Amino acid sequence: MRDFSTEELDRYSRHILLGDVGVEGQEKLLAARVLIVGAGGLGCPAALYLAAAGVGKIGIVDNDVVEISNLQRQIAHFTDDIGRSKVESARDKMRQINPGLDIETYQLFLEAANIREIIRDYDFVIDGTDNFPTKFLVNDACVMENIPLSHGGILRFDGQTMTIVPGQSSCYRCSFRSPPPPDAVPTCSQAGVLGAIAGMLGTIQAAEALKFITGAGSLLTNTLLTFNAKTMAFRKINLKKQDDCPVCGKKPTITELVDAEQTTCDLK
Amino acid sequence: MTETMKAAAKKDCRGVSCPMNMVYTKVGLSKLTTGDVLEVLLDDGPPINNVPGSVQREGHEILSKHQLEDGSWQLMIRKGVVKK
Ligand SMILES: [Zn+2]
Repeated sequence: MRDFSTEELDRYSRHILLGDVGVEGQEKLLAARVLIVGAGGLGCPAALYLAAAGVGKIGIVDNDVVEISNLQRQIAHFTDDIGRSKVESARDKMRQINPGLDIETYQLFLEAANIREIIRDYDFVIDGTDNFPTKFLVNDACVMENIPLSHGGILRFDGQTMTIVPGQSSCYRCSFRSPPPPDAVPTCSQAGVLGAIAGMLGTIQAAEALKFITGAGSLLTNTLLTFNAKTMAFRKINLKKQDDCPVCGKKPTITELVDAEQTTCDLK
Repeated sequence: MTETMKAAAKKDCRGVSCPMNMVYTKVGLSKLTTGDVLEVLLDDGPPINNVPGSVQREGHEILSKHQLEDGSWQLMIRKGVVKK
C-alpha cells in the first residue's frame, strides 16, 4: 500500500471519497500510464483531465505547432502558445495542474515504423487524431500490441466514440473496415466544428480511461456512442466483434502495419 | 462492550472537518483486512452526523459510537467486504 502525503489526500480527496474509486483506485491511477495521440481538440481536454486525476505517466504525441485557428477548440493551448510545439504547450498546462506527474512528449508523426514501439510503454491509448488513416493505424497497432484504446472523432456538431479492449471487444476495423476514400469525406477544415463538442468528446474519452484504470463501471466496449449537439441527442449503437475482421478476426489479413496515404486535415 | 473490542488501527480525526475526516477514515480502512476494527475519533456536530452513514454506505459496520469527555466521539468500525 502506497502512503499518500497529506497534499495528495487533499488533491485526490474527491476520488478517494468516491465509492468505486477510493484509495485503491487512486493508487491505480497514480501507477497508470496513458498515451494521448494528438494534442488537438480531443487530446487537449483528455490531457488536462488525466493530469488532474493523477494518472502517473502521460504520453502525448503530436507533430504540429499551435496556430490561431486551433484556439477555438484546443483548450490546452493559449494565445501566447501560438508558434510553439503543441506537445510542449500541452505538457506545460498538465504540469501546472499537477506538477508531480511524469509527462513524456513525442513531437513526431505516428507511422507504421514507430507506433508499436511508442504505445508499448502504455496501459491505455486515447485516439484524438484528426484523420482516418491514422485512426486505423492506431487501432491496428493497439490490437497487435494488445493495448486498450478509446477511439474518438468529431465533425461539425457530431461526435462519436467507442472503447476497444483487444481480444475481448469489437475493434474500430470490425465495424469500419477501411478508411473512406479521400474524396468521400469533406476536408475537415472546410466542414468546421462546434468548439465545445471537442471538450464533450475528449472528456468522455478521459472518463473511459479513468474507468478502465480503476475498474469502475462498464466501458463503451462493443458500443458506439454518438451525439449530435444541435439536438443534444445521444445514441448508443451495439457493435459486435467480427470473426472476419481483417485485424482482430480469426484469420487476420493485416498482420503488419503499413502507412496509408494521408489525407491532410487540421480539424481535431 | 468497548473493552472486548480490539482496534487494529486508530485514526484521530479530531479537528478535521468534512469531508477530509471521511478521506482519512477510508485511508485507515484501506490498510486493514475484512473483519478488522478501526477506531476513529471525530468532532461533535457534522463529523459525527455524517461519517458513520458514509462508512455504512461503503459496506462497513459501525460497532459502537460514544461520546468522550472532551465532547468528541469514538467510532468503532468493522471493515466490510471490499466492494469493487
Ligand atoms: Zn476487429
